[in-house]
Amino acid sequence: MGMLEAILITIATAATPLLIAAVGELVVERSGVLNLGVEGMMVMGAVTGFAAALATGSPWLGFLAAIVVGALFSLLFAFLTLTLVTNQVATGLALTLLGLGLSGMLGEGFVGFPGVKLANVYIPVLTDIPLVGKLFFGQDPIFYLSILLTAGVAYFLFRTRAGLTLRSVGDNHASAHALGINVVLIRYLAVMFGGACAGLAGGYLSIVYTPQWVENMTAGRGWIALALVVFASWRPWRVLAGAYLFGAVTIGQLHAQALGIGVPSQLLSSLPYLATIVVLVLISRNRRLTMVNTPASLGRPFVPDR
Amino acid sequence: MTATLETHGANLLEVRGLTKIFGTLKACDGIDLTVGKGEIHALLGENGAGKSTLVKMLFGSLEPNAGEIRWNGEPVRIANPHAARKLGIGMVFQHFSLFDALTAAENIALSLDDETPIATIAAKAKALSYSYGLPLDPYSLVGDLSVGERQRIEIIRCLLQTPELIILDEPTSVLTPQEADKLFETLERLRAEGKSILYISHRLEEVKRMCDRATVLRHGKVVGHCDPRKETASSLARMMVGSEVLSVVRPPAEGAGKAATLLEIRNLTRKPATPFSIPLRNINLSVKAGEVIGIAGVAGNGQGEFFEAVSGEATQPDAVTVRIRDKDAGHLSITGRRMLGAAFVPEERLGHGAAPRMKLSENLLLSRYATDRKAFLGSFGLVQGSAIVKAAQRIIEAMDVRKSAPDPEAAALSGGNLQKFIIGRELDRQPAVMVVNQPTWGVDAGAAARIRQALIELARSGSAVLVISQDLDELFEISDSIAVMHNGELSKPLPIAEATLEKIGLLMGGAEPGHVEPVAEVA
Repeated sequence: MGMLEAILITIATAATPLLIAAVGELVVERSGVLNLGVEGMMVMGAVTGFAAALATGSPWLGFLAAIVVGALFSLLFAFLTLTLVTNQVATGLALTLLGLGLSGMLGEGFVGFPGVKLANVYIPVLTDIPLVGKLFFGQDPIFYLSILLTAGVAYFLFRTRAGLTLRSVGDNHASAHALGINVVLIRYLAVMFGGACAGLAGGYLSIVYTPQWVENMTAGRGWIALALVVFASWRPWRVLAGAYLFGAVTIGQLHAQALGIGVPSQLLSSLPYLATIVVLVLISRNRRLTMVNTPASLGRPFVPDR
Repeated sequence: MTATLETHGANLLEVRGLTKIFGTLKACDGIDLTVGKGEIHALLGENGAGKSTLVKMLFGSLEPNAGEIRWNGEPVRIANPHAARKLGIGMVFQHFSLFDALTAAENIALSLDDETPIATIAAKAKALSYSYGLPLDPYSLVGDLSVGERQRIEIIRCLLQTPELIILDEPTSVLTPQEADKLFETLERLRAEGKSILYISHRLEEVKRMCDRATVLRHGKVVGHCDPRKETASSLARMMVGSEVLSVVRPPAEGAGKAATLLEIRNLTRKPATPFSIPLRNINLSVKAGEVIGIAGVAGNGQGEFFEAVSGEATQPDAVTVRIRDKDAGHLSITGRRMLGAAFVPEERLGHGAAPRMKLSENLLLSRYATDRKAFLGSFGLVQGSAIVKAAQRIIEAMDVRKSAPDPEAAALSGGNLQKFIIGRELDRQPAVMVVNQPTWGVDAGAAARIRQALIELARSGSAVLVISQDLDELFEISDSIAVMHNGELSKPLPIAEATLEKIGLLMGGAEPGHVEPVAEVA
């Protein structure tokens, strides 16, 4: 295995959790809800995924547990913001704080345990192709799932009637309500999909990326995922491009340190946020781009009159 | 009553005792209404009379607290808009229920309850739109379209569901006169096809022109049924308001030719401040002492940007572009311009014209602390509470502001009463220059008449008054000349004696400023 291939594979591994969490949040935001609790849902997914995999010995049950806990955690957010109509920003921040604290407490007994490993895919002949075999045909199953997820979300949003309905709710919830669309129900489903994705992304961290549990192990990846959604101007394939770009920056930073290149790590880790600001400035100059891609009701509370 | 119903054949819709209660307010109180097949039925009433609440119940957006709806003689429960569409009720909303970020075809698809592919919908919508003479590009983005085009989408969307009853909520309030004519043709054609139309409006002339019958609402109750063609506009207005509406008197402006120019706009050009705003192009205008100049135009043609530049909400790089009483004011802030004797009333009442959670007296101080420093502020700038409350009381009495507490928060007032207070607050200063954006938007007829009369009186007492409005009837009522704003450009003001609805309408639609073409034939 060549050095380059190894680097590319680690980039994919770094990008996968960002991609999964960001694609989930993209669906949430397209429905008009801003859930800043991605970090909290991710870290909860990480701790339960690790614990469930350890207890059952099956990484798959670990992923399942991570997904369920992520969705349940987001259900709390949905109940508060959609039913009780609390402020979305404050509630999302509270969710992150709660997730970080709760996961630290629940995970105390799991620190130091070796995790359950997930085997990489092996397809005879294809995986053995020199240079690209392992990159394309020999990674972990969740990597492939993340690509399918992106494609699925892109298809759902822009090719199906249900996706159109979801986008309409994010664009103008009052109009959607007037047409008889159940705004609150659609947002509940979107938020829970986002939670499930964040949970899975967290489980990926503790089962595949670094198979162990460490407190706060998400290390800000939930925030990068949030930034990515804006960076990608709410388009799924651009989220994928962004996730790999940021994944590459993370890995590049490690290699640069190893080679003794003196780029301050703080600068590199701030790059995703700087890039997001640049993108925001650029798209806000273009009225059509903003209008077409930015969910106009994003973060606005909705109370249906009956 | 029953005799007139039978002449229209079977009833399509019958409503008995329909009631909707919001908290303690009976928005609709035992409403009876019948709509026959093939008739255009007008629903008349002031703002807050319960018209919109009633039709929302008919379309399933609101659930009635009591009463019965019969459709073709059968009692029905309309639980949601899907059920309404299934029965054959279509609705064109007042504030369009469209999605800016989606195409026309996608917007239409969202209100169809089956999974017809977008391409099929687009083709059908296009064919239907051309057959009704309302051409529509189904793949255009709604956000790029004019208000008139947006309404076409709403209408086509409604027609694609082949409804029996079409409800139109204030459809002409945002259209140019020519666009409105086009709409009337469409409605007449629909009537000829046997469809029924429930037409909500407070524009009496168009109701008289088109509608077969009318039901008048006041304070949530039906106060009368009539044949609008047999009524006069003033008799209809009397039914709506419940008392005589005072008609606005505009005495001729005296010596207008020689009067001094108090407000002058010179070559005002403004780049768009946000990607969503309209650039202003080389605007020139002068308003003399004693006259009211009206600025007409379809919403979103730069009126808001123009108002900001004139009021000082946005200052100008070149001071000479805005001159107030012969002083360059382009660099001055709002307060600076007020100190020169100008007063401004913005379009948005809550959050712009008044701070919603502050008392009326506090709102008075906020806009006049600088100009009336001596009256309102004592030594060391301390607020003179009693003087301000007294002045607020004076304004409340002068403008007949109705309120529930001695000095309520601005948000507690109804829209019309708050607008009377805001206008009164500025008039109370006797400003030399008064600039008002949408003075009577959403204000009921009685209060609107009072506001208009007050503006005319201010001008005749020697001030220059500039009124920006989308209500042409209003501008014709109060203005000495009318200019039209279109796409950031302002036409030359037409003296009221020369201005006709057709000329102004053409300018609103974008005919070249200053050159009024003869009325084009409507195909």
